[in-house]
Amino acid sequence: MNAVGLPSTFFTDPPEWRWLIIGYFFIGGLAGGCYFLAVLIDFFGGAVDRPLARLGYFVAFPAVVVSGLLLIVDLRRPDRFWHMLIQSDTGHPMLKPYSPMSLGSWALLLFGGFAFLSFLAALEDAGVLRWPRLAMFRPPHIVGRVIGILGGILAFFVAGYTGVLLAVTNRPIWSDTTLLGLNFLISAASTSAALLILLGHRRWYWRSSVAALERFDAMVLVLELIALVALIASLGSMARVWLNAWGALLVVGVFLLGIVIPLVLQWRPNLLGERWSAPAAAVLVLVGGFLLRVVVVLSSESLGVLG
Amino acid sequence: MAEPLGFFTDTTVCIGCKACEVACKEWNQLPSSHGGAPTLSGDSYDNTRQLDGLHWRHVKFVEQFSPDRADGRWLLMSDVCKHCVRAGCMEVCPTGAIMRTEFDTVVIQSDVCNGCRDCIAACPFGVIGINPVSNTAQKCTLCYDRLRAGMEPACSKACPTDSINFGTIADLKKMAAARVGQLHERGEQRAYLYGADEKMLGGLNSFFLLVDKPEVYGLPPDPKMPSRNLTPSSLWSTLGAVVIGLMGIFSFRNRGATARRLEEDDVERRRTA
Repeated sequence: MNAVGLPSTFFTDPPEWRWLIIGYFFIGGLAGGCYFLAVLIDFFGGAVDRPLARLGYFVAFPAVVVSGLLLIVDLRRPDRFWHMLIQSDTGHPMLKPYSPMSLGSWALLLFGGFAFLSFLAALEDAGVLRWPRLAMFRPPHIVGRVIGILGGILAFFVAGYTGVLLAVTNRPIWSDTTLLGLNFLISAASTSAALLILLGHRRWYWRSSVAALERFDAMVLVLELIALVALIASLGSMARVWLNAWGALLVVGVFLLGIVIPLVLQWRPNLLGERWSAPAAAVLVLVGGFLLRVVVVLSSESLGVLG
Repeated sequence: MAEPLGFFTDTTVCIGCKACEVACKEWNQLPSSHGGAPTLSGDSYDNTRQLDGLHWRHVKFVEQFSPDRADGRWLLMSDVCKHCVRAGCMEVCPTGAIMRTEFDTVVIQSDVCNGCRDCIAACPFGVIGINPVSNTAQKCTLCYDRLRAGMEPACSKACPTDSINFGTIADLKKMAAARVGQLHERGEQRAYLYGADEKMLGGLNSFFLLVDKPEVYGLPPDPKMPSRNLTPSSLWSTLGAVVIGLMGIFSFRNRGATARRLEEDDVERRRTA
């Protein structure tokens, strides 16, 4: 094979990050996004929106647990997962602020802690746990406010750092753009709103809360459309590597199914009937968000001239 | 710190005997692949194919032949970890398993690595791979154990043509410059050094004399540090977070009033229905 003229990123090896990592990128995004939306509703929404906020916390904590498990199982030495956090030889904390994976490990751990406290408070709020003191872990209590603010910031970090992590490598596509973090973050917001819409749309008394979420999702989808176009533009001539089945999946799966059709359904709900438009749009947004990660991860995995 | 040590590999005298590969495997107790069963690449006399967790030295066979095979030449190059002065693998490693030694070489501590594979994606040269026995990322250590004992690395010791030269970086650079001059004098004007100066990742402590473009040898023409993307990627993501946050606030602010109005509408609708 004549490799002369190929970009330097083609002379690297793929790390074999596959379905477990794709699953983490998707579910971790949902954990961060749902938590952020729940905090937002807690801080700015009305009393009528509280069930929706609780739903966000109920999704976020299990999702962050699953995220951690996916990451651990993906390690070639899962028994040493704690080496990400503790230096195995000295016992000191292991933190490299300039390594996205190192920072991300800590963010995931801390976010998991905040998500757990909010989860407990939400259980108490819903009447499942009868321990009134847990109410301090949610606003308006000052402790709950601090948890919400810190957890919300970490939620954003967890939702977006994965794209930054991919960029801080030398692999084709991933390191050829600086917009993957932005795209993953926006997609985490849109898929999380979609999941909450999907879980909440059948309860009529949540109608106004879900409607607010739909407005939010529409705005985020427009932003996602712009960010995705910017991502492809930022790849420049490297975008040619998507002139294949991956590119087709990106256009049909992510652009059309995941963004354009849901936007059309929100704009013209009568196309599928009011009953089906919202859940159909939500399912499509979730599928599109998943496919975005599939295309970004796997299309790079298959590139290179070595071996 | 001891004086920086490294390799200067003069590809023009490599004969492709693979003694370096064998010496490396023996000293480092690296097992054979596929349980020792011979596997052929099928399109080259080189059956090792690439550097990975089990192959820390790899003699590349670049077979340049005209379509009718009337004319041709072999380029042979014993490839190895470059022990970059600015090492991308070490930069991203989240466990601290990858360290810089007192000899300015880069070593992965196998008892610390947990196999996350970030270093594989970060290495600009595709050097690192997972060793299926230890399930950790591994690569050339520049025989750290032998250096500590005052010995020469196994590969350069075994090299019968002195294609692989081991020594202090300062000495190797002098030797390499002299060799390039000699080749130029003798008419091989294409000879040049790859990675000897500091422009490439601060300098490669394992550098090469080549007679064709780097890509021909499977080397990147312009290797970079992974961290070049860290700040811009983080800034774009932060901007995105701010915009999404504002969108969220815009969507949910004054929800108390809006929700009350909607509920009143509901009651009104049911009353009229």
